[in-house]
Amino acid sequence: MDRAIAIQVSHLTKTYDKHTAVSDLSFEVYGGEIFGLLGPNGAGKSTTLRTIITLLTPTSGTVSVLGHDTVREADLVRRLIGYVPQERAIDRFLTGREHLELLGALYHLSKAEAAKRIAELLKLVELEEAADRAAKTYSGGMKRKLDIACGLLPDPKILFLDEPTLGLDVQSRLRIWEYVRMLKARGMTIVMTTNYLDEADQLCDRLAIIDGGKIKTLGSPTELKIGLGGDIVSLTLKDPSKIATLVAALTKQPAMRAVKATQTGLDIRVESPEKALPAILESANRLDCQLEFIEYHRPRLDDVFIAHTGRSIKDDVPMEKEAV
Amino acid sequence: MKEYWQEISALTMRWVKRLSREKFSMLFTLVQPMLFWLIFFGNLFQRAADMQVTQAPDYISFLTAGVVVMTVLNNGLAGGVDLLFDKENGFLERLMTTPIHRSSVILSRFIFVMTITSLQVLVILGVAFLFGVQPATGLLGIATILMIGMLFGVGLTAISMAMAFSVKSHGDFFSVLGFLSLPAIFLSSALVPLAGMPAWMGFLARFNPMTWAIDAVRPLILTGWTEALPHVGMVVVVMVIFDALCLYGSAKVFRRAMG
Repeated sequence: MDRAIAIQVSHLTKTYDKHTAVSDLSFEVYGGEIFGLLGPNGAGKSTTLRTIITLLTPTSGTVSVLGHDTVREADLVRRLIGYVPQERAIDRFLTGREHLELLGALYHLSKAEAAKRIAELLKLVELEEAADRAAKTYSGGMKRKLDIACGLLPDPKILFLDEPTLGLDVQSRLRIWEYVRMLKARGMTIVMTTNYLDEADQLCDRLAIIDGGKIKTLGSPTELKIGLGGDIVSLTLKDPSKIATLVAALTKQPAMRAVKATQTGLDIRVESPEKALPAILESANRLDCQLEFIEYHRPRLDDVFIAHTGRSIKDDVPMEKEAV
Repeated sequence: MKEYWQEISALTMRWVKRLSREKFSMLFTLVQPMLFWLIFFGNLFQRAADMQVTQAPDYISFLTAGVVVMTVLNNGLAGGVDLLFDKENGFLERLMTTPIHRSSVILSRFIFVMTITSLQVLVILGVAFLFGVQPATGLLGIATILMIGMLFGVGLTAISMAMAFSVKSHGDFFSVLGFLSLPAIFLSSALVPLAGMPAWMGFLARFNPMTWAIDAVRPLILTGWTEALPHVGMVVVVMVIFDALCLYGSAKVFRRAMG
């Protein structure tokens, strides 16, 4: 690929005391793309993100952002990036506008320059009306919007979002997605962590699946799905004792790529449904395996995740706090 | 340099804005307890306290110096609380991703705490004045009292901020605070002069920097310059050492916490 590299992570390892949070991570983020770090809680994605944005120093390995080392040239890196933290990092006593004014001063903008940008950002995130109210009166979605405005204030080359839609209601969530797409259209590079598969699937140009502090796989959502090798036919059998017989019969057939027994039936990876489906049905009939249910689907990101980590992402995610 | 000042003033103004939105809590948590000490304790012990021991015309004028330094102590030890909340809700992290000098956050806090403390000390002296306590050394004496307060406050605020960065939760922070503050007051010359204490308490109080501060502030209020000057000279030396130790220790913590 001849695209410009925005972020280069090489052999990044970060340990706390004896616990290794990430281990020997290497990847690149290209200019202008939305790059996702996907993984369950505690997988190491936040640690990775916080190292890139200079909040943590690597135990070993290096990270460079637009060619600048995040340890030696931390100050330079900070001037190039915007960050939207995972917690609602809001001072409840300040108004939305005061948050942005404070950051304006911390990025050393002149009063006039800051006022101009603040007006634009408040309009962008639709907080103009609430701008002069204390942030403690904001709803969760409004706080998130303010967070994003804060992240955009320095007019960053790269924007970092840590779990941007965690705990948001569906509407706010879609809104945030819209912003992210719009920012990409303006040419901004975006790096985000998420533990929502649909979010990664919808938004990210490329993503890295991280689990246990390591990258399990990396690519565009489509590449990752194709990489699994074909579509999936799931069978549920009326009589589970026949599963083994059917597996044996199907495994030898050329149209099947992989056949796997599950609790209630079989998961079969197939190259093309046209050839595989009749063959499967024929075998099932011949062996007198009555089918309870048959499902055919293109691989989803869930399947990618399970294939690479051996479990579902939901296993480790605590109950979401959905706003009512 | 211009950028540095822009950062510090913006961060300091944030503390001011926060406080101005919390007028109620400011009134009740900061000002009032100290005034209670002065008004109630000062008048309550008027007859119970032995004038031979306190060497003062009345107990409230004896107590004023103690309350002034107690104000410095409490404000200083609580000086890190807001940073603690910033750390817990992620605001500090947001500040740390901006291209600011790491020291700006710390400095803004010093400036803010010192200013608030000085204002409170002035309020205490004003209320004491209403009860007939006239500082013997006049306006220059009051300026000297403020200077002593700031010298003591810098070290305390440094300890408090270092603690804010080190503790696991704010529960820990407040328990340590409660654990430190009252013994520091009782084991000092705030309420009773060293000579009037049981020997072991008097011995311990001698190692309390608060005692040195009070022993300098008290003659500034009660007697006059001739009595006060040696104590003032001494407290400056003690406080410079105290501050140096506190700043040295906390600087390490700050560097680790903020990179």
